[in-house]
Amino acid sequence: MMKVYLDNNATTMVDPRVKAAMDPFFTEIYGNPNSLHDYGTACHPALRKAMDRMYEAIKARDEDDIVITSCATESNNWVLKGVYFDLIKNGEKDHIITTEVEHPSITATCRWLEEQGVRITYLPVNSDGIVEAHTVRDFITDKTALVSVMWANNETGAIFPIEEIAEICKEKGVLFHTDGVQAIGKIPVDVIKAGVDFMSFSAHKFHGPKGVGALYIRNGHPLTSLLHGGEHMGGRRSGTLNVAGIVGMGKAIELANYYLKFEEENVRRLRDKLEDAILELPDIYSVGPRENRTPNTILVSIRGVEGEAMLWDLNRAGIAASTGSACASENLEANPIMTAVGADSELAHTAVRLSLSRFTTEDEIDYTIEHFKNAVKRLREISSSYAYLPENMNTKQ
Amino acid sequence: MAKQDLIGGSIWEEYSLKVQQLMNNPRNQGELTEEDAKRLGGELIIADYGAESCGDAVRLYWIVDPKTDRILDAKFKSFGCGTAIASSDTMVELCKGKTVDEAVKITNIDVEKAMRDTPDKPAVPPQKMHCSVMAYDVIKKAASLYKGVDMESFEDEIIVCECARVSLGTIREVIKLNDLKTVEEITDYTKAGAFCKSCIKPGGHEEREYYLVDILADVRKEMEEERLKEAVKRQESGEEVSFKDMTLVQKIKAIDSALDESIRQYLIMDGGNMEVLDIKQNGEYTDVYIRYLGACSGCASSTSGTLYAIESVLKEKLDPNIRVLPI
Repeated sequence: MMKVYLDNNATTMVDPRVKAAMDPFFTEIYGNPNSLHDYGTACHPALRKAMDRMYEAIKARDEDDIVITSCATESNNWVLKGVYFDLIKNGEKDHIITTEVEHPSITATCRWLEEQGVRITYLPVNSDGIVEAHTVRDFITDKTALVSVMWANNETGAIFPIEEIAEICKEKGVLFHTDGVQAIGKIPVDVIKAGVDFMSFSAHKFHGPKGVGALYIRNGHPLTSLLHGGEHMGGRRSGTLNVAGIVGMGKAIELANYYLKFEEENVRRLRDKLEDAILELPDIYSVGPRENRTPNTILVSIRGVEGEAMLWDLNRAGIAASTGSACASENLEANPIMTAVGADSELAHTAVRLSLSRFTTEDEIDYTIEHFKNAVKRLREISSSYAYLPENMNTKQ
Repeated sequence: MAKQDLIGGSIWEEYSLKVQQLMNNPRNQGELTEEDAKRLGGELIIADYGAESCGDAVRLYWIVDPKTDRILDAKFKSFGCGTAIASSDTMVELCKGKTVDEAVKITNIDVEKAMRDTPDKPAVPPQKMHCSVMAYDVIKKAASLYKGVDMESFEDEIIVCECARVSLGTIREVIKLNDLKTVEEITDYTKAGAFCKSCIKPGGHEEREYYLVDILADVRKEMEEERLKEAVKRQESGEEVSFKDMTLVQKIKAIDSALDESIRQYLIMDGGNMEVLDIKQNGEYTDVYIRYLGACSGCASSTSGTLYAIESVLKEKLDPNIRVLPI
């Protein structure tokens, strides 16, 4: 049986070249970079190179900071809580704008901030699954401290109008943060051109290791630290540097940028091939227009088939996908994206996400097409709600 | 939270082998038609339960012998996750050959138990118990269609938690008998709310008629009212009421009259006085906040001898757990 990994928006395989770059930093060059001796300083060239690669990849300038964190969840928490401590707790501002479809590390932190008395506006998405920039203008006030809108959505791949939103924030003098986790390695990311003040990202989403992320901070803007305790990262984020992780992230982001064209052409072609084949089946819909999506992502809704059941059948065939279906999680609420894009309520539990990577092969896509169709056929045969008796025959006469 | 919970797992790992097999190869999926009914000499019943928009829907087909009420054949169709398919399949298996009255007695717990690999290990994780409830509800729906009665007529009492089948009566009684104060305690005592959690408070997977938070608030309110009524009744009948059973107003009056009897006259003689500002229950203690007036305020003895005298009087006359705190 073939094994096919189509859950690359959840996490990715570490590129073997990334692993090779990290390898010396476990048993050979293992010093603490803050130490004075040779063991410590031996880390520095590789760390500097890694940082250079990150600055280069997102087009950051030397006066900007890219502070290494443990993950994008930490970066997101840091921005929201930092802004709360710096601008809201002292009464200067009282409001944050975000969207209904952010990652839980944004929405859950916002819910916590609401408990602290912060007013939060959750912007909706339109039927293409994107936040329209003018909605930011509609809700921004002189009490707004921060706008946080993701660059690309994890479930649909929808790309949000970051430049336009940044422009509005700049005009109104409001800080702007974007969660860039799903953008890096998939579409070109230029923080200066986009005009963002903060951007979170995470290595394991672009074939780097888990456990290392970063927060880009324009012009080294002050932000109260989340982790206190030492002078690491210029005192902005304490904790002994994850040397191997940082080296890995540097290599991974360099490769991710190198492969952007490949992503745009080859990954997109395979994605479109898969999507076309799936959409040949009746009553299947994909969310959001392709041209405005990251090139690797499809979110499809299959009428009459519950998402977790679909995942089960795909997994039996060795194919890994993902669903926002409530049944697959502890939380039994319907998929917020499906609700947000206004899909009819019968489709709320039918979404399946397929996300490719530069390692996905044509054979894997052909294999997936065959087994996807088989799974839909089997589950629709069991389904009580797909193309069977008309409603009025359900009751006894 | 403990070691077990820190990494977490996939809910799929918690499905019994039986559940997994039934998800892959359900035995009773499909339809029954009027022709099938004619062939078997029975009546065709088709019952729907649940809704796609909620994530689960099931359709149950029965052919029932009208003379004996026996279910001659049964099949199902289901929109839902694998456990919904497995539960529906098991439910159909349990229905076959039973009379309609017997089938109505099948509960979701019977369905879940039938899918276990070993008697003591649940077939599905807690949040999936919900799926077996639907399998149970659709039987009642089919039976009500066959008999031409309401579904509710098969339920003797109001069920608050469908997953654990706990009735309103049981929950109310357990709260009262055990003096329960939180929803978590209700769950510990009865298992209500331990599974799909819809019955805990509004906003869960399913809209419910009764929620544990409301039941708890109602029962606590009733208990408090009963306590107050009891205290007043006993006082009116001249019965001795212990300090801790008094209402707040009764407590204040009791403290004031004790002070009038034994303390105030001495303070007034010295050109001072005192007043009670507030009383607060602090765990087992009752804290009485007082303020000194006139010559008493600033008097050296007000924080030592006098205070000790006041506290001793209240302790002796009312309750040993009274503490007096001058402001």
